Amino acid sequence: MIEERRKERLDRGIKVRSEGIYAISSWEEMAYLLLPRLFLISGMLALPLVMPGLYWQRVISIVGIYSLLALGFDFLANFVGLVSLGGAFFIGTGGYIAAILNTSFGLPPVVTIPVATIVGAGTCTLLLYPCLPLRGVYFAIVTLMYPLVFARIIEALNILGGTDGIVGVASFPNRWIEQYCILITVIISLFGLRRLVNEDIGLVFRGVKDNDQAVKASALSINLYKSITVFIASALGCLGGAYLVHIYMWSGISQFALDFSIIPIAATVIGGGGTLVGPILGCFILVPISELLRAFGTLRIVFYSLILVAFIVFRSEGIVVYAQRRYHQFERWVRV
Amino acid sequence: MDILIYGIINSVSLALIAIGFTLVYGISRLPNFAHGALYVANGFIVWSLLNILQINYILSIILSLIITGIIGAAIYQFILIRVRGMATSEIIASYAIGLAILEGFRWGGFKGMTYTLPVFIEGSIEIAGIPVDFQRILAVLIGGLAIFLLWLFTHYNRIGLALRGMAQDERAAMMLGIDSDLMALIAMALGSILAGLAGVVLLPMGNIVVEAGYNVLILAIAVCIVGGLGSWVGAVLAAFMIGFAQIITVRYIASHFHMVVALLAIIITLILRPSGIFGRQKQLEERV
Amino acid sequence: MSSEPILQVRNLHKAFGGLQALKDVSFDVHQGEIFGIIGPNGSGKTTLINCITGFIRMDSGKVSFRGKDISRQPPHKIAAMGVTRTFQIMRPYYTLPAYKNLIVPLFSSRARKAGGWRGGGRLGARDTVSIDILEEIGFERDSLVPYKLASTLPTGYLKRLEIARCLALRPEIILCDEVFSGLSMSEIASIIPLIERLQMDGITLIMIEHRLRELFRVTKRVMVLNFGEKLLEGIPEEVMADDEVKKAYLGSEEV
Repeated sequence: MIEERRKERLDRGIKVRSEGIYAISSWEEMAYLLLPRLFLISGMLALPLVMPGLYWQRVISIVGIYSLLALGFDFLANFVGLVSLGGAFFIGTGGYIAAILNTSFGLPPVVTIPVATIVGAGTCTLLLYPCLPLRGVYFAIVTLMYPLVFARIIEALNILGGTDGIVGVASFPNRWIEQYCILITVIISLFGLRRLVNEDIGLVFRGVKDNDQAVKASALSINLYKSITVFIASALGCLGGAYLVHIYMWSGISQFALDFSIIPIAATVIGGGGTLVGPILGCFILVPISELLRAFGTLRIVFYSLILVAFIVFRSEGIVVYAQRRYHQFERWVRV
Repeated sequence: MDILIYGIINSVSLALIAIGFTLVYGISRLPNFAHGALYVANGFIVWSLLNILQINYILSIILSLIITGIIGAAIYQFILIRVRGMATSEIIASYAIGLAILEGFRWGGFKGMTYTLPVFIEGSIEIAGIPVDFQRILAVLIGGLAIFLLWLFTHYNRIGLALRGMAQDERAAMMLGIDSDLMALIAMALGSILAGLAGVVLLPMGNIVVEAGYNVLILAIAVCIVGGLGSWVGAVLAAFMIGFAQIITVRYIASHFHMVVALLAIIITLILRPSGIFGRQKQLEERV
Repeated sequence: MSSEPILQVRNLHKAFGGLQALKDVSFDVHQGEIFGIIGPNGSGKTTLINCITGFIRMDSGKVSFRGKDISRQPPHKIAAMGVTRTFQIMRPYYTLPAYKNLIVPLFSSRARKAGGWRGGGRLGARDTVSIDILEEIGFERDSLVPYKLASTLPTGYLKRLEIARCLALRPEIILCDEVFSGLSMSEIASIIPLIERLQMDGITLIMIEHRLRELFRVTKRVMVLNFGEKLLEGIPEEVMADDEVKKAYLGSEEV
């Protein structure tokens, strides 16, 4: 007779013990909770030190920018249910605002980046506001169109430097500041967002995602909460855009390009959606690979498109979801 | 007068571009974002058959359409079938496929001005004092014919009727013994062939460039959204609206705004009336 | 009856395409009463609730709450005024424990003001309030029920959870969409005292029901809808005796 077996997953004892206030009862449990976080933070902070040469240090900054975008995408898609394919729109808006502030008014990056973040996020939210009631596919399509519209309008009207873009944007004082600022921003955003989605307001967001009728019946405006989340996500994107402009010392319509829309999505899918850490990890994997493939030109777009398709089609759960499961649970075979 | 003539030509071209997209969406609720890629791919296939294998032009067109149809069917059978029903995954997956195809061509060296298809018939004719070349007239004829044949096919043919049945109510159709996956496969193949046909007819008027793929996708989406996703009558009407709007804009404002018109049409339609002018979906479905 | 009705519905019309779902429906509901709305399937009862609470836009007509016109308000604003509703198909957050389900309504500014507590200031402030409310509606505090996942709760508790969501908003009116349907006699028997308690607390209830006998135990006044039209309004005995109601709703069958 064939013995029928199935796999069973159980939480590790230490995971159960370290939930809630009891976590501080022993060093082991505290370490269980803190080590992954410490590992992540220290790993990210150490990265610029171990990078060989200027070129790869620059790549770290770019990774940081993509991480912010991917973080925003994951937040919107998996916690609020808005699938935005318009990462490039956020990058472009933030980038152009920072570039204008810097070149026309002579403001230093310390001022332009925060201003571009807030003003840019406000602008994006305002422009996307009419689309917020749209669902699923429709929201995705409309957000995909926004960056294209802006790129074409800038091109057609020949404003904001037209196809040449805005040149002569100030750079960062030195490369260490450049890298550490963005990495620290990524870390703060990550833990801030994690905190936010676990707060009570996170439940409201979740309600907006999959129980909107109940949210309305609870006297809460769906559009208000959607705009709050769009503001947060676009702030992350605009911050990234402003940063990018100061790194490249140039702002142009290529910031509305598809790279900024597609890489964050691919990173989220690979890293594991709904984890917030996953997209960042995904960026740390994808962006350097894409840099390595730069010599092959557009082949890299083919490459991550195919990865994206593979991950979506095989419904992969993503690296971080897998890792979390292995960390928190053990598996065993049991007889049925 | 020239607005009228060029408007009609542009509109029929748009309808030809969009009809494949709306066919696939209407039947299988699958937004095929690889549509533009198939359009360009067909152009390159014809070019390769014509110039590398030295095959007769008409034969290579027919061959290329078959190949594109098979590619479309393969995309559905091996990839999209696994994500059906998950709207966002459908978009991302098909878009990524399209991206891979287009950028693959770019990487493979298919860029620049070198790749052109010969026009079917040389020369031009004057209509009401405006010179119109034969290719454009042919495009209008073929476009009209394609739409008409499609209409005949879906109204007077078993498979066509099954497709329509599925478009109206997939579950009911399945209960009546219509194989929904097979129909979606056929729809996808047909849609790809139509994308390819649009490519064959329209590409000879310019160069085969990768960027055309993106533009075609945007135009197809614009027409379908404005007309109402899945509605064929709406798509044809919307093609005329956008087609004339484009020509008028180009004539009186600037030619750069050609694509902006389409993009704005998408955004405005989605904001004001997401189901489009002829959309059949209920308002509640797409709006919270 | 008291002077001014708390909820006034006048000439409400709603059509879905060619189907006239509601036709010229008018009625008054007075402060503190339990008002029943009955009618056969498809007579427009749920549509009526949807229209009053703003979930569906009415074609024409007027709904006023305490003399204020609320007919064109979005649902969340109507709820914020204290006109709350339950759903016939329950909409809890299945993946959350029962008490976490009330966090969302407690997040609203109405709940914050009415509760007299500053939301978010203290860790878990909403959790405490939410468990209090659940106890009020029959989730025994010392049992594990409030902490169970909503997906594991029996229907009776899910119905209570629907009412609890309204209670979290400190409502003036609760529109109950078929609270009794799908429940066993004993479950209904345990819910009826809760409803009477709500009435004693001064909350006005509008109950849409299929289960007439149970409804008539709590309500003094009912309205009958048929094909979207108001057939008549009166005390249960009157309504039951009416021939037209029997024909439309009960057929020849006795209840």
